Amino acid sequence: MKPHGRSLLGTDQLTVSEIETLLELARRMDPKRPPQFLRGKRVVLLFYEPSTRTRTSFEFAAKALGAATTLITANSSSIEKGESLIDTGWTVTSLGADVIVMRHPNSGAPYLLSRFIPVPIVNAGDGLHQHPSQALLDALTITNHKQRLKGLRVVIVGDIFHSRVARSNVLLLSKCGAQVVFCGPPDLAPDLSATIAPGVKVSHNLDHALQGADVVMSLRIQKERLAGKQIGLEDYICNFQITPQRMKLAKPDAIVMHPGPIVRGLELSNEVADGPQSCVHEQVANGVKTRMAILATVLKGAR
Amino acid sequence: MKTATRTLLISGGRVIDPSSGIDRAMDVLLRDRRVAELVAPGVHETSAGEALDAKGLIVAPGFIDLHVHLREPGQTHKETIATGTAAAAAGGFTSVCAMPNTSPVNDSVEITRWMQASERGAVVRLFPIAAASVGSMSEKLTDFAALQNAGAVAVSDDGKPILGDKIMHDVLRLGARLNLPVVQHAEDSHRTGGCSMNLGPTSFRLGLRGMSNAAESDIVKRDIALAQQTGAHIHVAHISTSEAMEAVRQAKKAGIRATAEVTPHHFTLIDENVGGFDTHYKMNPPLRSSADRKAMIAGIEDGTIDAIATDHAPHAFHEKQVEFERASMGIIGLETALPIALTVLHHHFRLPLWRIVELLSSGPARVFGLQDRGTLAPGAHADVTIFDPNKKWTYRAANSRSKSRNTPYDGWSFTGKVMATIVGGQVVYRGD
Repeated sequence: MKPHGRSLLGTDQLTVSEIETLLELARRMDPKRPPQFLRGKRVVLLFYEPSTRTRTSFEFAAKALGAATTLITANSSSIEKGESLIDTGWTVTSLGADVIVMRHPNSGAPYLLSRFIPVPIVNAGDGLHQHPSQALLDALTITNHKQRLKGLRVVIVGDIFHSRVARSNVLLLSKCGAQVVFCGPPDLAPDLSATIAPGVKVSHNLDHALQGADVVMSLRIQKERLAGKQIGLEDYICNFQITPQRMKLAKPDAIVMHPGPIVRGLELSNEVADGPQSCVHEQVANGVKTRMAILATVLKGAR
Repeated sequence: MKTATRTLLISGGRVIDPSSGIDRAMDVLLRDRRVAELVAPGVHETSAGEALDAKGLIVAPGFIDLHVHLREPGQTHKETIATGTAAAAAGGFTSVCAMPNTSPVNDSVEITRWMQASERGAVVRLFPIAAASVGSMSEKLTDFAALQNAGAVAVSDDGKPILGDKIMHDVLRLGARLNLPVVQHAEDSHRTGGCSMNLGPTSFRLGLRGMSNAAESDIVKRDIALAQQTGAHIHVAHISTSEAMEAVRQAKKAGIRATAEVTPHHFTLIDENVGGFDTHYKMNPPLRSSADRKAMIAGIEDGTIDAIATDHAPHAFHEKQVEFERASMGIIGLETALPIALTVLHHHFRLPLWRIVELLSSGPARVFGLQDRGTLAPGAHADVTIFDPNKKWTYRAANSRSKSRNTPYDGWSFTGKVMATIVGGQVVYRGD
């Protein structure tokens, strides 16, 4: 995990073999009968932004491996008193943190911290930028069904521009040889998004994009972000909601994914969310295994 | 009472004075704070006064920076007039024009005079640029005539662009009547809210909101149209986009009074340099695309650009070592401007030395109408910059005379160095 020591900051810094190793380790992780890799280690969950599944999932992962965890949130700590990110990082380090799992509303915040703090940082989501553990758990979910990433057609639908999940996924998936198509209205899936990795395509027509898809990944739409955009809520539902009808355009064995939280009736119809192709619950379960693998890897050989 | 005559003879150098078309070996005699004469080498061998050996060096008119932030009054934790002008001297600048976005904003005769008072300890000549509107709030115009009388050389609401057509029209009309240049930081800030870099592949990849080229060039085009209507002189601060450059190029062809400055960072760095969220690459206007950078070089080569200006913007560590989106915009630039111009423009792009000297002296003097500066003509102020265009050295931010250290160039190797800076006949900086 380069170039920031043992930190995991983004999927762009992982090599294909590092990705494969992490996924292999995640597959072997069993949260019910875990190896006690991290007995005596301290995992600090530094959350500047609300989170349910990512935080809980990292917490379960750390505890399953025998580590102690503590949660620091922006409104219940010195952060609220105006302490800088670097100072908070040093405080946590001096208290004996072995790894900092960090969620922050500003893109790049974990990169800043990793330049100053001698403790590995795991990025649990920074602004619009990266959410690497989500991309890894998504890759685990996909490979569980498809046994590979290379050559798959993955359609990522929704608010690409504001999505760190989209960015982390496309960088991981295209590196591993999948063909990624971003799909959404031009405001949310700008043509510029095709520049993020070689071979990425952008489509503003869901019916076209879904043709031959192996994986359909829907993203969360924040209603307030449609405000002032050319597309309204009804328009979005009409043109970009994943429905059973539309799923017929994808391959018969295509899977449907969503990082959550799902807004039912907006991004996915109920039938699709609860349907046989849906992997949303499996994604959440894979979250714990993947984060166990990440923590074990990041802390391997640590002090 | 008459003070004793003071002379300084600069001998053995190659004099480049674009304003008088001189580029040859000459000696320069300074007397009583003025340029006395330029003579053939050796004529004044037995000069009675002080001497400065410039063998192997370029002797140029003192450099003028049209765009600096000296942070005084009010933000002296970043810089003071004394430290900022010391950095200017070390960069070969004998005059600097200080932007009004201080605290409080320089929108008054009192502050304009206060900044120029000898108690501030300026090492080089300081020319205030006064605010165009009260508090730079784009509501009520300041008293241009009084500010001009107090020493302001231009008006600007730098950092707070004047967006309203009506008020910009009024500013330009009054500027035209007083022959006072109007400097605009061209940015449609309605379209750049929350943006911290240039809009492009890099901003998308980093998940940072980006400023479009049009947010700059649309304002430049609007300002040029208003300058044409009013007959005013519009000066485009820190131009950064190819579209704005083209607009200025066409305006000049049409005889409209439009001038433009470019910063060293906009002809040297690009938005991809932001890649690691390093806040030393965060400035406004932002670093642009490679194509825009090429357009800056083309504008320098074809004469569209009138001046190189630094936009020297000091900030304290705690204002820069924070999350990228929360970090202050801007970098220090006074001490690196000439080294970058020589390394990038002269040694890499083969721009002739006289053009670089022009962009740093006679060009900026003409933009703000600074009489008897930016020239070595007899009778001009004895402001001289002496530099070695070929000396290799490494810049260390820790050694900066500025109070701040926010520069992306720490550790960069340059070819070309300031060797002496002379203000009013006095040596205020010696390089080694």
